[in-house]
Amino acid sequence: MIIFEPIHFTKLRAVTQAAIDFAATAVEIALALVGVMALWLGLMKIAEEAGLVQLLSKVLAPITKKVFPDIPPDHPAIGSIIMNIAANMLGLNNAATPLGLKAMEELNSLNPKPGTATNAMVTFLAINTGGLILIPATAIAVRAASGSANPGIIIGTSMFGALCATVAGVTASKLLQKLPWYRIESEKEDANNSER
Amino acid sequence: MTELFKNIVNLMAVTAIPLMILIFLIWGAVRKVKVYESFVEGAKEGFTTAIRIIPYLVAMLFAIGMFRASGAMDMLVKVFSPVTNLIGLPAETLPMVLMRPLSGSGSLGIMTELMKVHGPDSFIGVLASTMYGSSETTFYVLAVYFGAVQIKNTRHAVPAGLIADFVGMLGALFICRILFAV
Repeated sequence: MIIFEPIHFTKLRAVTQAAIDFAATAVEIALALVGVMALWLGLMKIAEEAGLVQLLSKVLAPITKKVFPDIPPDHPAIGSIIMNIAANMLGLNNAATPLGLKAMEELNSLNPKPGTATNAMVTFLAINTGGLILIPATAIAVRAASGSANPGIIIGTSMFGALCATVAGVTASKLLQKLPWYRIESEKEDANNSER
Repeated sequence: MTELFKNIVNLMAVTAIPLMILIFLIWGAVRKVKVYESFVEGAKEGFTTAIRIIPYLVAMLFAIGMFRASGAMDMLVKVFSPVTNLIGLPAETLPMVLMRPLSGSGSLGIMTELMKVHGPDSFIGVLASTMYGSSETTFYVLAVYFGAVQIKNTRHAVPAGLIADFVGMLGALFICRILFAV
């Protein structure tokens, strides 16, 4: 008769548990979005019909035309993008994500190939992953809780770091979009046609 | 000076949303927009957008969760540790650099731990909190934003996001070494 040593595979158990726990967390995060998402989409609809978003887009057009050359300057996507960046900088996560998702939907309406990211989407996400924020509130709160003599000392350094990240992200998105293996099929065809 | 800046930004952050809602409603009323009808019309998309994200977010989060629980992080730290000396990064903060783009709660945990061990005002403490404040959780942002519009081919979004994170971490290291290195 074979007797197995009692083995526990604690790591493997933890891995299994993590997979199940995080799957549940994902649904919780998404469901928590329903309310704020509805709130901001509703408010943005009013702002659009009142012409506020278009006004905002027009004012900032000189900048946005450079960063997002593919978006028509009077397109509602520009307004949502600006409001998302402003909300991010103020640390208003509850507003930033819904506004960002609205911007993505508007960018998608310009997408000739649904399911594939456009250049403008990647640039927009590079700005978002750069995490430009005026006051890194979470980090400051943890510093204060850990007994720091000067919790806010990282405001300037964080802003510098985030600025580096954002500039690098936007630059990288502009450079990488030209690489052959990131080209969209229709662009390749256009390039071939123009060569002929 | 920092205090004044902090107060101004805090004031803006607290007043921004009520002020924005007020301006939207008043402007809408002046422009004769049917405020209530428009709001409901826009808001009804909220549910579908949030629900659309679920598969993308599950795929991303469960993979990252398994990665964190498996201890693969320790292996990554070993692989990358020769680089840390080269660029003057304290070895203790390497897990922070690697975790930041993957998981918000994970990097928050690492930052808290580093401050507990080394003190929040030590070089490592300041650097870790600067790193946390200099970047967003790239993979989470990608999953949520692309999930909302059902993008499966993300093209150069991941490399661009990771380059942003990497340069952000280098920027944090650079500025902290100039200002706080002993």
